[in-house]
Amino acid sequence: MTTIKTVGVCGAGTMGAGIAIVAARAGHRVVLYDTKAETLERASKQTAGFFGKSVERGKLTQKQVDGFLGAYTRTTDINDLAACDLVIEAVFENLAVKRELFGKLNAICPKHTIFASNTSTLSITEIAGGCGREDRVVGMHFCLPAQLMKLVEMSPGLNTSDEIFQTAWAFCEALGQRPVKTKDSPGFVLNYFLVPFNNDVIRMVEAGVAEPADIDRAIKAGLGYKMGPCELLDLIGLDTQVLLCEAFYDVTHDARCAAPPLLKRMVAAGHLGRKSGRGFFQYDKDAMFGG
Amino acid sequence: MTTYQIIDAGESRSFPAGDAFRAAASGSGDIVVYLGEGATAAYRSDASKTAVLVELGTECLGVATDEGRGEEGSNALGFARFRVGDGEPSNLIELVRQPASDPVALEAAKTLFEEAGFEVSVCADFSGRILDRLIRPYYNEALAKLDEGLASASDMDLTVKLGLGYPEGPIELLERTGLHHHHDVTQALFEVYGTKHYAPARRAKVAKQRLEQGS
Ligand SMILES: NC(=O)c1ccc[n+]([C@@H]2O[C@H](COP(=O)([O-])OP(=O)(O)OC[C@H]3O[C@@H](n4cnc5c(N)ncnc54)[C@H](O)[C@@H]3O)[C@@H](O)[C@H]2O)c1
Repeated sequence: MTTIKTVGVCGAGTMGAGIAIVAARAGHRVVLYDTKAETLERASKQTAGFFGKSVERGKLTQKQVDGFLGAYTRTTDINDLAACDLVIEAVFENLAVKRELFGKLNAICPKHTIFASNTSTLSITEIAGGCGREDRVVGMHFCLPAQLMKLVEMSPGLNTSDEIFQTAWAFCEALGQRPVKTKDSPGFVLNYFLVPFNNDVIRMVEAGVAEPADIDRAIKAGLGYKMGPCELLDLIGLDTQVLLCEAFYDVTHDARCAAPPLLKRMVAAGHLGRKSGRGFFQYDKDAMFGG
Repeated sequence: MTTYQIIDAGESRSFPAGDAFRAAASGSGDIVVYLGEGATAAYRSDASKTAVLVELGTECLGVATDEGRGEEGSNALGFARFRVGDGEPSNLIELVRQPASDPVALEAAKTLFEEAGFEVSVCADFSGRILDRLIRPYYNEALAKLDEGLASASDMDLTVKLGLGYPEGPIELLERTGLHHHHDVTQALFEVYGTKHYAPARRAKVAKQRLEQGS
């Protein structure tokens, strides 16, 4: 059972739009907030499209979807988050931006409102610092695409109260998600393992140990992973990998986390992965070759 | 079909007794396959063959063939069927070439393994080849983070399964296949590469020490 009824989502980008779908689908009132109206517009179209497909596939009825959408509002006015029992932020991955947001929300939201952060690399304790309700801030890291992936890494900050963490955990389960508990440590579990692993792969390509296609084949055939690391890096975006490296190296000073020179050269050359049509592999529309 | 002859030089991790790959071998053939932990020592060059294949552990093919000026290479190639500890051998063959390996030999070796139903990844002659080099630091980190309480073993395993689609988490995989085996491989790579990420994690050391003291 969850005591959370109305959920606010800040940031209507890739993650926020997906998280809002998850909350709506679980029967919550949802308020999606972004500073940009056009982003809200895009999220609105994506949401209608997603629910439309769910109806087509017989997963939801039109009546259910009408109910969800009737309880789902979008706004560019932060004051509209005043009625929320829990607010999840999925704004830019920037400490100052997230701290400023929680500070503002602290003045707007009632005392009982819980703040959750979807940060991938920042510290929950640091994000909570100075917001005025450090005991009510939790980490709730969804995976991309949030509307499909069940995993949520949940982390208490140093000042988070046990009771609040439990409340947020119950809310997460009630969403139909599968929470795992991790410490407030850079990258939690998933990215902590993935980012340096992917860097090792890039260094291996750079050192001429094996071609990307051979590495991907080895990983899939030898370990049964669904996707090879080079394919995955192309999907994540090599520019995003650089940002992840910078965030991690800054905190850990671990050589494996530092952006490999080849990664930087590829980004400089505009080889960003799928989105630019070329990364470790070449892409022609959505078809893949060179693999 | 390519014909091949097997020369046994000790116990083989790639093709243990009873493996179908052994049954399909003949008394002679276009390709010679040295199997077992003594394969590099047993290797004899043979230019009359299309290829001579040498099973490798964590050592390099150069131990068998010798090296010089970064220009080494012949019809001799290394290989290993990937396998973690006591786990079943996988369907992957890592095929090891040198800078000047004979392309005809490489193609023939690839064909041989593919005909036998394996996937083949080609790599240069480095200890640990592709997979051991990539996964051992990850396993060491997972063991270290378990000690530090980053998450429980089951939450850690579940995270990579749900979040990354891995069939198994690092802790359950290492316990299933034998932590002491992980110790041996990562220790060997640590000696070669010297970077701390290959240094055996505390839990791997404990498992190894318990084995050594006979418990
Ligand atoms: N993309 C991923 O794979 C992924 C996965 C898990 C977590 N995350 C995390 O989720 C967060 C969002 O990532 P994303 O990929 O969705 O980013 P995004 O750039 O797609 O979306 C961010 C949105 O936040 C809005 N925004 C920025 N500042 C704001 C503010 N002060 N108030 C309201 N809205 C604001 C922007 O207009 C934008 O629409 C980041 O913290 C990121 O680390 C991302």
